[in-house]
Amino acid sequence: MNTLDAATIKKQFPLLLREVNGLPLVYLDSANTSQKPQSVIDSMTTFMEQSYAPINRSAYYLAAEATDAFEGAREKVQRFINARRTHEVIFTKNATEALNLVAYSWGRANLTTGDVVVLTHMEHHANIVPWLMLQQERGIVLRWVPLTADGQLDLTNLPELLAGAKVFGFTAMSNVMGTITPVQQLCAAAHAAGALAIVDACQYVPHNLTDVQAWGADFIAFSSHKMCGPSGIGVLWGREELLEAMPPFLGGGNMILDVRLDGFTCAELPAKFEAGTPPITEAVGLGAAVDFLNELGMDNVRQHEIEVASYAIRTLRERFGDDITLHGPTNVEVRGATFSLEFRGIHPHDLSQVLDQRNVCVRAGHHCAKPLMRELGVNATARASFYLYNDTSDVDTLADALDSASDIFGS
Amino acid sequence: MPGLEDLYREIILDHHRTPRNRGELPPPAAHAVGHNPLCGDEIDVYVQVADDVITDVKVGGQGCSISQSSASMMSQAIKGKPLPEVLALVRRFKGMMSIPDEDGNPVEPDPNVKLGDLEALQGVVKYPVRIKCATLSWNTLLEALEQV
Repeated sequence: MNTLDAATIKKQFPLLLREVNGLPLVYLDSANTSQKPQSVIDSMTTFMEQSYAPINRSAYYLAAEATDAFEGAREKVQRFINARRTHEVIFTKNATEALNLVAYSWGRANLTTGDVVVLTHMEHHANIVPWLMLQQERGIVLRWVPLTADGQLDLTNLPELLAGAKVFGFTAMSNVMGTITPVQQLCAAAHAAGALAIVDACQYVPHNLTDVQAWGADFIAFSSHKMCGPSGIGVLWGREELLEAMPPFLGGGNMILDVRLDGFTCAELPAKFEAGTPPITEAVGLGAAVDFLNELGMDNVRQHEIEVASYAIRTLRERFGDDITLHGPTNVEVRGATFSLEFRGIHPHDLSQVLDQRNVCVRAGHHCAKPLMRELGVNATARASFYLYNDTSDVDTLADALDSASDIFGS
Repeated sequence: MPGLEDLYREIILDHHRTPRNRGELPPPAAHAVGHNPLCGDEIDVYVQVADDVITDVKVGGQGCSISQSSASMMSQAIKGKPLPEVLALVRRFKGMMSIPDEDGNPVEPDPNVKLGDLEALQGVVKYPVRIKCATLSWNTLLEALEQV
């Protein structure tokens, strides 16, 4: 029995109730960005109407109330990912900025010519380009964990790849194929080799129960906008002692204890990494998104997506057989409900255009993962990604819309 | 399916299924590669120019039906044509795609320039995201011609 009722949940998302050309929206692009529930929208509106003020710097009542709301969001995030300390949660612009922060601040302080950073072929550009920048600047050496035929990490030679490495950076869930990686095992392997474990958890956190301590990770990064929260805010979580030892990232207001004409002293965590006025209202919205997800229960969200993923694999296979390719694992225990698909040789761009006629919203493109696209032997894919507000009827609509694409392209 | 006939006209699908002038030209033919970062498409345009006339043209790469058919029709339209005529055609085509001129002004259609089959791509304008697909090969052609 399904533990979540997607139809009831959907009613809490005003945008999903919108009709276009007389047809309901079938939003299958949540790996890109998720829609927002009324509670998140209301929390931000109410905050701006009632409590908006600068944080951390003014003595009046309103400013204290705003600061409490902002810091309250940080505590919610801390509990949501089971971080040991609240000040280990650093607010950034998004997961991309969080990963850049680590590469820039920790990387430039600790990596030099010849140092090895291990990444995987499954990474999003956000966990590749910052390291390529260090490769150009510092001459660090990148090694890559390859993939198996069914789109999982091929860990056969992991100990050899990690030998002598300083960093192992990997995704917890592929934004292209939905593959969920064995994060705990990968963190342990990194530590056994003396490397730090940096987890891109941007796709994982919105869909699964996250426990950074159980993982044994050193840093994780994720974004609010993929987990029912607003865009404009993301999270870097790092182990306290690592964050303490790192130099600051951006300089400016809020991140200092003292500034003199001949130097400055950094503020304590987390302010040290939060220069300037942060996304205050967005933090409040992120806190409300955490409340929303907690109320549903992340185990229930995961269970629901396993059911939708199973139904999608079964239905698309039954209806289209070999005419459809679904990249990534077929075992739903090691995948989420994100599917990159190829259909009857129809270019993804054309496919998404035809699906759009039925209001089926899918992403067509390289998904900011060009190395993975090359490995899959494609320029682009169409990606349908399901979330807690989608159900099996959305899979059926997708399948019907795929049929109509065949009508046009006649293949 | 209602709504898409303007975009996926039969002649477009025909050029998509059977693209004309596919292939490569060896140097000294000019060659440029165009990228559509939106969808990862890549297109190769090779042009051979002699005495200010495009004597041969080939198109390579991968793309959607709009970018591939536009490239195919372009190759047919420019083969054997003098450069001034080709440049006038590029201007006319980009004008049809509602791309403004260098000064940001709309391009008035030149009645002396005939688009022929390319008129079929007019429906693309209604789908702004696809204008980049339709113009990819044309911009790549201009890059290749800069080397001549």
